Amino acid sequence: MQEGAVLEMRGICKYFPGVKALQHVDFTLREGEIHALMGENGAGKSTLIKVLTGVYEKDGGEIYIKGHQKAVTIKSPQDAQNVGISTVYQEITLCPNLTVAENMYIGRTKGSFANWKQMNEGAAELLRALGIPASPTQQLGSCSIAVQQMVAIARAVDMDCKVLILDEPTSSLDEQEVAKLFTLMKDLRMKGVGIIFVTHFLDQVYEVCDRITVLRDGQLEGEYPIAQLPRVQLVSKMLGKELDDMASIRNDGEDKKMDTGTPVLEAKQLSSAAGIKPFDFSIRKGEVNGFTGLLGSGRSECVRAIFGADRKTSGTVSMDGKQVKINKPLDAMKLGIGYLPEDRKRDGIVGDLSVRDNIILALQVMKGFFKPISRAQAEAFADEYIKLLEIKTASSETPIKQLSGGNQQKVILARWLLTNPRYLILDEPTRGIDVGTKVEIQKLVLKLASEGKSVTFISSEIDEMLRTCSRLVVMRDRKVVGELTGEDLNQTKIMSTIAGGGN
Amino acid sequence: MTKLETPTKKTLGTRMKELVRQQIFIPIAALLILVVFNLIVDPSFFAITLGQNNNGDPVLSGYLITILNNASELVILAIGMTLVTSASGGQDISVGATIAIAGSVMLRVLCGDQVRPETMQAPIIVAFLAGCVVAMLFGAFNGTLVAYFKIQPMVATLIMFTAGRSIAAWINNNTLPIVNDPVFAYFGNFIPGIPIPTPVFIAIACMIVIALVLKFTTLGLYTQSVGINSHSSRLNGIDPAFVKFLTYVILGLCVAVAALIKVSRISTINYSVIAKDIEMDAILAVALGGNALSGGKFNMAASILGAYVIQFLTTTLYKFNVASDALPAYKAVVVIILVVMSAPVVREKLSKLWKARKEAK
Repeated sequence: MQEGAVLEMRGICKYFPGVKALQHVDFTLREGEIHALMGENGAGKSTLIKVLTGVYEKDGGEIYIKGHQKAVTIKSPQDAQNVGISTVYQEITLCPNLTVAENMYIGRTKGSFANWKQMNEGAAELLRALGIPASPTQQLGSCSIAVQQMVAIARAVDMDCKVLILDEPTSSLDEQEVAKLFTLMKDLRMKGVGIIFVTHFLDQVYEVCDRITVLRDGQLEGEYPIAQLPRVQLVSKMLGKELDDMASIRNDGEDKKMDTGTPVLEAKQLSSAAGIKPFDFSIRKGEVNGFTGLLGSGRSECVRAIFGADRKTSGTVSMDGKQVKINKPLDAMKLGIGYLPEDRKRDGIVGDLSVRDNIILALQVMKGFFKPISRAQAEAFADEYIKLLEIKTASSETPIKQLSGGNQQKVILARWLLTNPRYLILDEPTRGIDVGTKVEIQKLVLKLASEGKSVTFISSEIDEMLRTCSRLVVMRDRKVVGELTGEDLNQTKIMSTIAGGGN
Repeated sequence: MTKLETPTKKTLGTRMKELVRQQIFIPIAALLILVVFNLIVDPSFFAITLGQNNNGDPVLSGYLITILNNASELVILAIGMTLVTSASGGQDISVGATIAIAGSVMLRVLCGDQVRPETMQAPIIVAFLAGCVVAMLFGAFNGTLVAYFKIQPMVATLIMFTAGRSIAAWINNNTLPIVNDPVFAYFGNFIPGIPIPTPVFIAIACMIVIALVLKFTTLGLYTQSVGINSHSSRLNGIDPAFVKFLTYVILGLCVAVAALIKVSRISTINYSVIAKDIEMDAILAVALGGNALSGGKFNMAASILGAYVIQFLTTTLYKFNVASDALPAYKAVVVIILVVMSAPVVREKLSKLWKARKEAK
């Protein structure tokens, strides 16, 4: 093992049927450092963490822990705990209806009897030492999420952990709470704990971390001291694009004659309960624009706010210059807005219903409760769109869940096209589907725009955005941080805007 | 819904397989087994005779008539229970207790504050409507707890399950009012001159109504959509909470109709006995129809058939002189077999076995 290292992972491999989730990944954590594990979705971050915590069994490689002569075998979360690896997950996994002290000692008392007094005293001391503002006898559920998070950390620390894994701990915290958490993390660093910090927030990485390991497509991209990896470099490493070959790929040349009249939709200072900072947004007739930013930067939350999917907390929306009220999805639909959600499985498909019912669903709801679409009519609609979008399905009667991802996505697309919207929001329409279908969907977007519809297109793949959008709104940490048009629409500029922060 | 087979050449085997895969196959098969069993043991089970009752009116009698007659309340409840199950992924266990309440309200309106009035104090239709309103209000209460307070349906309806019969007794000051008017007895017995029991017609009327509702509104699509995926339903403009709420109110209406039949059958009420355990039979009817009790897709016809199967079973057991105390135990055995046989895991295994056997030949 290296000098000063508490954890070394060497040549870790993990395969799932048809997927190489991790290929010979090395990872080293030193004593008293905060080490960021970065990578796009699907890069292998969570798989690596799960291998380390014993949720998955590795298919190759070795794990060394300080104080153990040989490589350790970690086959269950219990094993991980025994060798001193503790994890605090994004969602609180403690029991909200027990007290703080009970939560800290649950499952760790010896024998069947608990010494409550001793337990409370021990907890109080630890809380004081870590500066956590909670009393041991307080019910955990009555603490703020941040404090609950900290209690989980305190529990981990008290179990003599050498390696503390924080998996997206800040995603449900506000700024002040994040600051408190960071203070705690820095304290622990002083005490010699090695911390693995997984997050999507770039700013936070640069605020507390000492070192960054970047993964991409299940492989190690590299390990860097924070000072040697400027933000732009980090983003380009995560996306796997060299800065050099980022000359503009945009080839349309013909600058679209923009309709300069009133925007089809204009949002002012819009914010929602999903925790998005107030933003302005507008789109014109025949325009295709997009939201870009890293995952978790608030792209989806923005469009959800426009569609009324999350509760609006401030701001106004107007269409054609007239102010409109969008409090729920149906309001937006009646105004001619369609929304293809990011999470197809959770928010898009109605799994057990037939392809036909899935296609007519939105139109049916708009028509109303007492005007059901006749069977024959529904059949006609379904057949029309199955043909138009070349949806591969045994019949319109087949439950949608039996279709492949790309075909499910086409069905959802058909659902919204059928409502003939003026403004269509496509949130990650190309995720997890084959290349052919991706191109088809991009073509379709441009065709819709040429027909005078407005489209907002969100994709994690910047290439796709560049090919389809004439304007990009850039997001970072749930804030709009820039808007790019014309000349600025190239990878380099997009990445530097995403990265931000003076580099 | 069955699609008409295209007249291509299909072997009997594949056709059988398609039939077996249909959801409604389960209750049909159960019914067939019961029919065959009775045919073998005692064919007179199916005899129907035309006789006369005490008033000299013609009435049909026989086990089949008994089944059709006695299943009526269950059928009506199964309709509402299917919708509730589909939308909320849970069941209302308070229907028996709310039948007691609705029945009690009807008697209270008919009898006023007398126990045994000479004449009815209000028209039957008024009493019935009052019962409907009250039953729907209790449905709305359950629906609010489930849909807006997001309490598990079983837990939410446990409240009325426990309190319902006391409330029913309290409505009539714990007396047992009796309606003397023979017209009131028509709904649960016979209308003079018509030899078929009235509840059969009421049940059929309810089936027609629900068929029309499902055809001319989007209730079916909405409940299923909400039950399968409430997230995407919401993003398609459906209000999942309201749809769930609505199904409980509809079940309330079904309860009122069933209550009318129940109290009319005996022209009075017994708070602790009326419609006892009927909720379990209603839930069972839904399950027997092959509908997932966790909600989502439903097949109304299969649920209704399921209700008749349960009554068929009950009557068969009575015929073989199974003591009424022991009845639930016998029923449980049959039900276990039926439910296990209809479980997807078992059906898959069976069809695999079937395939293997065919290949072995």
